[in-house]
Parts: sequence; C-alpha cells; structure tokens
Amino acid sequence: MTSPKDVQTAKPVCFQDIILRLQSYWAAQGCAVLQPYDMEVGAGTFHPATTLRSLGARPWAAAYVQPSRRPTDGRYGENPNRLQHYYQYQVIIKPSPPNLQDLYLGSLKAIGLDPMIHDVRFVEDDWESPTLGAWGLGWEVWCDGMEVSQFTYFQQVGGHDCRPVSGELTYGLERLAMYVLGVEHVMDMPFNDPASAIPLTYGDIFRQAEREYSRWNFEQADTATLLKHFEDAEAECARTLDAAEADSAGRNIPMAHPAYDQAIKASHLFNLLDARGVISVTERQAYIGRVRALAKRCADLFVTTSAATGEPLPAFPAGA
Amino acid sequence: MPDLLIELFSEEIPARMQARAREDLKKLVTDGLVTAGLTYASAGAFSTPRRLVLAVEGLTAHSPTTREERKGPRTDAPEAALEGFLRSTGLTREQLEARDDKKGQVWFATIEKAGRPAAEIVAEVLDATIRNFPWPKSMRWGSGSLRWVRPLHGVICLLTDEAGAEVVPLEIEGITSGNTTRGHRFMAPDEITVSGFDDYAAKLRRAKVMLDSAERAAAIRQEAANLAFARGWEIVPDDGLLTEVAGLVEWPVPLMGAIEDRFLTLPPEVLQTSMKEHQKFFSARNPKTGRIEGFVTVANIETPDHGETILKGNQRVLAARLSDAAFFWDNDLREAKSGMGDWADGLKSVTFQSQLGSQADRVARIAALAREIAPLVGADPELAEQAAKVAKLDLRSAMVGEFPELQGGMGRHYALEAGLPAAVADAARDHYSPLGPSDDVPSAPVSVAVALADKLDTLTGFWAIGEKPTGSKDPFALRRAALGVIRLVLSNKVRANLSDVFAKGYPGADAGELLAFFHDRLKVYLRDQGVRHDIIDAVLAMPGNDDLVLLVNRAVALGEVLTTENGTNLLQGLKRASNILTQAEEKDGVEYSFGADEKFSETEQERALFAALDKAEPAIREAVRLEDFPAAVQGIATLRAPIDAFFEAVQINTDNQIVRRNRLNLLSRIREAGRLIADFGRIEG
Repeated sequence: MTSPKDVQTAKPVCFQDIILRLQSYWAAQGCAVLQPYDMEVGAGTFHPATTLRSLGARPWAAAYVQPSRRPTDGRYGENPNRLQHYYQYQVIIKPSPPNLQDLYLGSLKAIGLDPMIHDVRFVEDDWESPTLGAWGLGWEVWCDGMEVSQFTYFQQVGGHDCRPVSGELTYGLERLAMYVLGVEHVMDMPFNDPASAIPLTYGDIFRQAEREYSRWNFEQADTATLLKHFEDAEAECARTLDAAEADSAGRNIPMAHPAYDQAIKASHLFNLLDARGVISVTERQAYIGRVRALAKRCADLFVTTSAATGEPLPAFPAGA
Repeated sequence: MPDLLIELFSEEIPARMQARAREDLKKLVTDGLVTAGLTYASAGAFSTPRRLVLAVEGLTAHSPTTREERKGPRTDAPEAALEGFLRSTGLTREQLEARDDKKGQVWFATIEKAGRPAAEIVAEVLDATIRNFPWPKSMRWGSGSLRWVRPLHGVICLLTDEAGAEVVPLEIEGITSGNTTRGHRFMAPDEITVSGFDDYAAKLRRAKVMLDSAERAAAIRQEAANLAFARGWEIVPDDGLLTEVAGLVEWPVPLMGAIEDRFLTLPPEVLQTSMKEHQKFFSARNPKTGRIEGFVTVANIETPDHGETILKGNQRVLAARLSDAAFFWDNDLREAKSGMGDWADGLKSVTFQSQLGSQADRVARIAALAREIAPLVGADPELAEQAAKVAKLDLRSAMVGEFPELQGGMGRHYALEAGLPAAVADAARDHYSPLGPSDDVPSAPVSVAVALADKLDTLTGFWAIGEKPTGSKDPFALRRAALGVIRLVLSNKVRANLSDVFAKGYPGADAGELLAFFHDRLKVYLRDQGVRHDIIDAVLAMPGNDDLVLLVNRAVALGEVLTTENGTNLLQGLKRASNILTQAEEKDGVEYSFGADEKFSETEQERALFAALDKAEPAIREAVRLEDFPAAVQGIATLRAPIDAFFEAVQINTDNQIVRRNRLNLLSRIREAGRLIADFGRIEG
C-alpha cells in the first residue's frame, strides 16, 4: 500500500491516480465527495448536485467524477483525443469562496502540474448551456497552451439568478491526464498502475465499447424509438411537475428530482437523435427549447424546496 | 498638489475588454473629480490581466469654496413660507438678511459651501465609478451583489504629496482600500506596499509585472523578432494578436518553436488559423521557402528550465490540432481531385434561407447572374459561370466545417486541385470580398463578376421577400453587401445601370426602392471619402443616377470646382439666376424657358452673356456626352465672369415687358446650362 503522503509527492503514474488525487485534494478542502449520477448525461453540470444545488441560498460544496456522453464525438476509438464516453471531474462550491482560483491551482499541483514550471493562464471563456437555461462568466484554464479546465461563476441556472453565486470547476480528465502522463493516444493511457500484476490501459477498458457505441450512435439507434422516448420523457417530466403536491396520504411532497431525471433523459435522447443526423438546423433550436422548458420548470419547483432554501424539511402532518 | 493612484485588483480581465476599460476608468474618475470642483494636470490609465490602474498628477488638494445668494419670501409672508425657505437653505432665521426689494422687504440667504478635501471627493467618485463601471459583461460572485468583470479583490486608493502618502478610506462590499497589492501570480505573489505611482510601477516591475500594455506589446514584438531572426525567419505581423496577447500576460516571455515537417505542406492559411485563433501563436515565415515554418508563443512566466516544458507542451497541443487539420486536408483533397461532385450535391441539403431555398439554389442563381454581369466587367461569361458554381463548394469541406473562417481561401486550393483555371480558383477565394470597409477590393474580372453576383443575389433576394434592414437591425448584413457592390463598381469602374442589373437578380425586388437603398449607402460611403452630402444630392437628382461611376465622376468634378473661389462665385451666380427666375415664374404664372433673343439686348453685358452662352452650351453638352465632367464643369465655370458682370450692370425688372421677358429667358439659358451638370439648387452656400 502506498501511503497518502507518497501519493501527494510522487508523480502520478496512471489515470486513476489523477482521479484519486483530485478526490483527496477536494475532500481536504471540505467538499462532499459524491459519486457519479446514475444517468446518461452530456456533462458533469447535469448532475443534480450542480444544476439543482446551485439554486437557492443553501451553502453547498461537492466534488465528483461524472461519466459523460457526447454521441457525436464518437470516433470508433481511433481518434487520439475524441471519445463519445469520457470523464469529467466536477467541483461546485456555493457561495464561491474568494480564494477559488488558488484552490484550483492547488489541485493542479496535487496532480503534478507545478505552476512554477508550467504556464497556467486564465483565458476568457463565458459558459452557456442553452438546454439548462444557464450561463456564467469565467475562463478556460490553459496549461502550456492546452485547455485543461473550465472555471465558471454561475450567474443564472434554469432561468433563476444564482444568489449566492456558485463557483464551478470542470476538468476534462482524459485530456488532463494524458498531458500529465505524457501519453499521445488516449487508448494508450495506463488506467491503473502499469506496475500492477494486471496492468490495464484506457484502451483495454474502453476501446471496444467506443467502437460499438460509435456504430450504434451513428447508424443503429432506432430514431423512431428515440423520438418516442424523447416525447415520453418530456410528457413524464411535465406530468410529474403538474402532480398535486400532496400525496395520497396528504403529505406535501413536491417532486423536483424525479422530474429533473426526465429532463436529463430528454436531453440525452436529443443528443442521440442529433448524432443520428435526423435533426435539421431549424429543428435543433426547437428541441433545445423543449429541454430548456423542462429544466426551467424543474428549477422553478426545486427553489421552493428545503434543499434550496436551507429550511428544514417540513414535518409530515400527524397521523399521515 | 497631490497625486492620486488607483489600482483595482481583480481576477483575470478578458484581454479584449482592457483597452476600453482603461479609457472608461480615466474618463469616469477625472470627470467625477472635475465635476466636484477639483482640477488636475494629467492622468494616465494602465491595465494588466489582473489590474486596472489610474494615475492622476497635480490634483488640487481642495475644491474651492462657493457662495450662493438666494432670495426668499417677503418678511411679512406667512410663517410656513419662511420655514420652507429655511429648510431648503439649511440656515437659521438669524443667518438670513432682510433687504428692501421692489415689492417690500424680503429675506435673503447667503449659502456658503466650504471647499472639500480631495480625499473625500476621490472616495465618492471612486465608489460611484466602481459601482457604475460600463463593462460589456459583468458578474456577481460569492454572496455579494457588487458587479465587476470578474471578482474584485483589492483597491489601492492613495493620495501622495510632499508630506507623504495617505490612503483614501473607502469600503465597497467588504473590500477596504489600502496601499498594498500583489505582484505576479506565481513569481512574486507576496504583498507589496506602495507610496505613490512611481514607487508602485517600480515595485511591480521587480515583482515581475510590466504595468504598461504598450510596453508589453513592444517587448513581445522585439523579442519575437529577435528569436525569429536567429533562425533566419521573420514574424508575420499581426497587431490585433499582439494587443490581445499583451492583455493576457503580466510578464511576457516569448518562446519560439518549429512546426513539424509533416505539417509544412498544409496551406499557410490553415497553419495560421490553427495557430492564431486557437493557440494565440504568432506565425514565423521562412523568407527562403516562403512558408510558415515556426511559431512564437508568449508565456507569462520565467521558469528554471527556461521555458522548455512550456514550449514542449505548446508544441504538443499544436501537433494535435494540426494532425486534425491534416486529416481534414487529406480527405478534402481526395474529394477535390475527384471533381467536388459530392460537395455540390451536399449544398442541396443546406438551407440558405427558408424562402430563398437551398445553397444549391442560390449557387445556380449566382452562376446565371455572374454570366450576365461578366460582359460588363470584361470577364469571360463561361468562366464567370463556372467560378460561381465552384465558389461555395468548400462550405461542404471538412476543413471549412472545422474552421469556418477559412471559407473562400480553401475554395481556391480545392479548385486548383480539381484542375480548374486560376481565374476560377481566385474567384472562389475572393468572391466574398470586400467584407469590411477597409478590405481589398477584387480586380480580376472573373472575381469581380462572381463577387457582384453573390452580393446582388443576396440583396435582390432579401428585398424580394421583404427582409429589409430597419434601424439598427440588419441581420443579413445587407448594408455591407450594398457597400461591397458600390466599392466593386467604383474601384473597377464598372459601367452599368444598376436598375437593369437588379432586374436580372432574384425576381420580385422593387428596383426603385433598392436603388434608393444603394443611394443611401453611397452617400455614407462618399461622405467618408470627404464628398459633401449636398453635392451628392445635387448629382443624385440627375438622370442616369443608377450608374454609380457616372454619378461619382460628376460629384467629384463638381466638388473640386466648388472648393475654388471661382466655383463659389459661379454657384452664387447660378443660384441668383435661378431664384430671380423662380420668383418671376411664380408671379407671372408662366415658365420662362425659351426665346431669348440677342436683338433685345440693351447693354454690352447682356450681349457678352449671350456670346458666352453660345460658346459654352455646346461645349458643355459635348463634354457631358463624352462624360468628361471636369471639362463640363470647366465649361460652366467660363460663365462666371459674364454672369457676374450681367448682374452688376443689368436690372432684370424693367417697365419694358419685352426686354424683361427677354432677360428672364436669358436667365433660363443659364439655369438650363447648369442642369446639364447637376441640380445646383440643392447645393448649399
């Protein structure tokens, strides 16, 4: 067993090393280290720990790995940098602390990027998610000319002003790790320690799946089925939001999270339809607008709940 | 006389906003100080990615004391009126003075406002400046409600005089003003205490921050040139990039690298775009090969390994990008060499505009129009049509899909690879031009034909479906398209009646309205060229005003003569003749236009004017026929002396009606002579 101290000083040797270092670094900064959300999402921002928890006044600090899917980026595992399934590392802290830039730079040090040897720069990049009705200002962070993270101060999410403002950090893990480890092709990157009894590369784990998903995303996924799923998710989201707040026993339980799951589903189904090339340029905007409408309504409901306000959950009526 | 130093220390300010922010800071603060009664000798603003700085020299230490006298109610007015007056002046009854006035005894108040110390005013002005700063985009952070471009962390506000430096106390949303800052984020992060601007700039320099963006730009330019020179290369100048990069670093450290050999066969615009847009690299050209072979990246740090790690990283990123580009280029070349048929098919599925059809429809229209325009610009109609058909095929290429800014330039490469003539390939590159008002205008005939057809199809098309620009809204850039046509026509001296050309464009556009739109754009264009608007109006009123070359020749010739004394006198004479004539015509209810006869002349001056007109009229007509407007204007200028002499010596209105009518008819000959050239009535002066 390597002691934690060694982990911090030796150079990372593999992909999971970098993830583990980020986990322990942000845990040491007081973040709740969460697990990935168990749904298909396009980016770590979609995790309710970011989208929903950035709303309302209740303080929040979380960090997590989020597997992300972008069907149009599939390259059958051949492209050295592009994948239809990849990992993001996400940190979200509300309110954004005054030393967030320094905390971020500390995380780079933790994974072996010493800013005294590298050229780390904050280059203007305003973030916007039309599907989430969200935007913020910040930067892409460059390390030696390569974008290694997105750094955003959320201003609006789901159409709601963020008060207080959350600071969001998103690391593209594969690209960052490839740079730290000096690997040219993502599939060649060691996933576990190359000195392990059974060393595994990124390719050992994902190459075949990338190939299969690329074929399915681009050629096979049945568009009629996807479209039906999209419409089902949209309808279920609306139905859940429209449901009376009191359940059958008269307990007041609004359902922002289950509704939001359906919005996430709709968003991913839209991405799949897009990869299948069946959405025209003019239709695109309309689909995005439909998902945004769902996300906004979920946000509208979530901000009224205790997870957003920080008030204790209301007690159930006696006898219920 | 104290000096003032302000530093607003924040997280990284976008490079593109810094120049404007410097100006705004300077203006808002100095205007505020002056409004409050202070004066200053000079002010200078500076910026780095992390700070916005203002230095004001020679500020007055106090605003002046002011005294204002105010008249109040009569001394016998009701008590309430007096109380109101005391409230509004802030004085007590004892401080008022009763004076005799026309209407009796009246209360007078003398309000004295003591001068205020500079520090107090500075604090107020800076507070207001920070709160109201006109950032193009601003944000909140943490739990606060203050807005700034990125989180604001510190404020230096320091007044310095012979006695020493004093912090101007100020607190804004938890940020307290002070006299400390920090140096370079990595190389000198410790706190620095400063005592004034000179001390501040010197200490920052020691802390690896070059305060002045112009100095950083000059340092980058110099060092990049030196690095290139050492390799026998030269930097491709790019002032826009230089300004941007100077706004991204506090301590510029240029580093030079070579592009890997395997990428040197990529078209130079691909290399430059990848490097500039995505990496903010300067391109280095080898003058011996004429190729882009190297780059300069500007780091923000000095490292123990002299930038080796940084350069290696940058090179790696560039290689990844260029590998992508090379992959696109190879695929595109295959399609180009096979005749680009797939791309032509592909344009059918791209909608240009829902009512105006697909890109393929549009290309077909432009090809037909280019064919029609070709003879007007001296181009071979076959070539013009062919060029129009291939000019937009690169929109379907992978390269343009990835780098849209390469449209046109890639089209030229692909056309050449497809074995098409050079004139066709050049037209593919140049047919979008001119885009901006300072862009070069194509001059090769085939390029001109396609460039005109492209823009005229857009203009007639959007006009036909009623999508015209309104106010500040011009979503399809039709004003730019019209200006492009104007510049193409004028610079290539394309003789054509635009109305006829419109008729060959997209059917259904109102040619009269579109021509009026062109005339508006032409006025703006000519005004920028220094041609007076009234002169333009005077020539626009002439027939043949849809021939822009003719129109501008007239205007220029007229403008030149009107700058001379002879010209302004001539104008007076013509106007006088016209005015007298108009008045007489209104009074008499007839038009005097014919029949002046020399035999009714009573004076030598009348006879001389007849003679001058007899000579000038045919000369002017001939000059106009030959479109020699300088000669035509010269012709009318010969009338100036006889007209002046005529008005000097002759009374138009005499009792002899025959003589009067004859003189009026003579004036009408002057008016007609003028009308051969322009509507002089519209010219001012």
